[in-house]
Amino acid sequence: MPQILVEALAKTYRVAERTPGLIGAVRGLVHRQWREVWALADVSFSLEAGELLAFIGPNGAGKSTTIKILSGILRPTSGRVEVDGLVPYEDRIHHVARIGVVFGQRSQLWWDLPVIDGFDLLADIYRVEPARYRRRRDELVAMLRLEPLLDQPVRQLSLGQRMRAEFAAALLHDPTILFLDEPTIGLDAPSKLAVREFVRRLNREQGVTVLLTTHDMHDVEALAERVIVIGHGRLLVDGPFASLRAGVLAERRLYIDFVGPAPMLDIDGVTIKAREGRSLELTFNPGRLPAPKLIAAITSSHAVDDIHVEEPAIEEVIARLYELHDAHEA
Amino acid sequence: MRAPRPYLAALRARFQLMLQYRTAALAGFATQCWWGGIRIMVFAAFYGANAAAAPISLANAVTYVWLGQALLALMPWLADPEIGQAVRSGAVGYDRLRPLDTYAYWYVRTLGWMLARVMPRAALMVLAAAIVLPCVGLEAWSWRPPTGLAAALLFVPAFVLMVALSASILTLANIVVAASLNERGVNAVLAPLVIVFSGSLLPLDFFPDEARLLLHLQPLAGLVDIPFRIYFADLHGMQAAQGLALQAAWTLVLIGVGRLAMGRMMRRLEMQGG
Repeated sequence: MPQILVEALAKTYRVAERTPGLIGAVRGLVHRQWREVWALADVSFSLEAGELLAFIGPNGAGKSTTIKILSGILRPTSGRVEVDGLVPYEDRIHHVARIGVVFGQRSQLWWDLPVIDGFDLLADIYRVEPARYRRRRDELVAMLRLEPLLDQPVRQLSLGQRMRAEFAAALLHDPTILFLDEPTIGLDAPSKLAVREFVRRLNREQGVTVLLTTHDMHDVEALAERVIVIGHGRLLVDGPFASLRAGVLAERRLYIDFVGPAPMLDIDGVTIKAREGRSLELTFNPGRLPAPKLIAAITSSHAVDDIHVEEPAIEEVIARLYELHDAHEA
Repeated sequence: MRAPRPYLAALRARFQLMLQYRTAALAGFATQCWWGGIRIMVFAAFYGANAAAAPISLANAVTYVWLGQALLALMPWLADPEIGQAVRSGAVGYDRLRPLDTYAYWYVRTLGWMLARVMPRAALMVLAAAIVLPCVGLEAWSWRPPTGLAAALLFVPAFVLMVALSASILTLANIVVAASLNERGVNAVLAPLVIVFSGSLLPLDFFPDEARLLLHLQPLAGLVDIPFRIYFADLHGMQAAQGLALQAAWTLVLIGVGRLAMGRMMRRLEMQGG
């Protein structure tokens, strides 16, 4: 029996349809037409205890909606969800006692309270037994290096410091499942690394099941073995990260500025995407042709001014996946 | 609602947090003194012109004003700003992630907010109107103690029910704020209704005879009119018991309505942004 089971999940929103302009606005006062928007159309997957799953997809794809349904905040329009044998939105109170949630864009700590007071309050709210709470709190404070922040009000923390405190806040009651909605959004590089390292330890050492959404491919790369790509409310890919990487994510971009005019290049496995004056944009598959080899081949025969390699942006990856699955595209 | 620990903790946290705002308390106190003074002068002018027409004595009217000004922060005329903010920022979703009855959670937070606002204001008002005024020779314009021991004892449950009723009205208002995503409409409707129908502006017995029965039975009477008349022993014995029962009944009704409204609202909750 999987820990999380999602079957044919769908969620629609009603959006007031407006005719543009003043006349449309006046008409809207008298008679309003509603349009159904599908946030989730048909999503099914299951997750075993101890797994770490990443949800990726562009803005508005339905990632956050899925997390909100799984955590019991939202009620789906149709479909079946079970988490540890409970239906989250039917048995909300029992369900939420067993999960931890971090929303990267919001705070669950009290803005004007010192961090430690917020922790104490959460321990009361979750009815954590005092000795157990102290042990867990000290453990999290050590793991997340929170000691110097404990007596500061939350509003005085930097975003990176606050996110570390948010993680501790979500885990004080020892949840078996952790939902993370864009946990690294807006963080600087060291803070992102700290968050990833912490999530990895939590998953590997303490066996916490983690389901996270992100826009950051580095998050996925560092953390997830399994990835679900979601777009327009539909599940496009569900599989190991390694196979996604070997397939759609394989492509790399190479940008080169030559000293003179950009030459004609004819290298096996390389496609020229754009050419402009002294600059070239190439795509290649590093699995077949490693970047150092390609760069060496170019620089040995041409004078190069500047060079850099890029991964395709997540939006492009999704666009590519849409092309592959264009049957479902709206 | 199992053990009360989480709810007590939420109440205490909100109370402690709100107590920090000393400047707001002093400003509120100053405003309430000012309005209290004006209202007493209006009463004095009225009693000077036609004292026989008044349903209560001038001394009681003066105490009514001071008591009302002291407890003004208990009046449910403004939705809790924390809820409006949480709804707009989407943080309200976190309230649903707590293993708590959301209605009770909101109720105790609102209770903590009200109590923390009223405590310093009421203490300062007792000091000013009940202690300083008589000492400087203005005894006639001062806040007098309850009319007799029985009235004082009955005022305790009347006060508790007044607070409970007020919190039930505010929690309902907060739910409407959450459903409509804005507190302005709620506050615009709530404030005049509460000021007039609670008896806060004018004791309800000053209204025309024909309206009086309805005025005494409507829920807002339990906020000022009933507890204050118990304070003056204007309601005593059986009448006082009826007043308390009315306060309790309306509190239960409004809690019931609030729970239903919250259930409906949460069913169609759409979390804002992302």
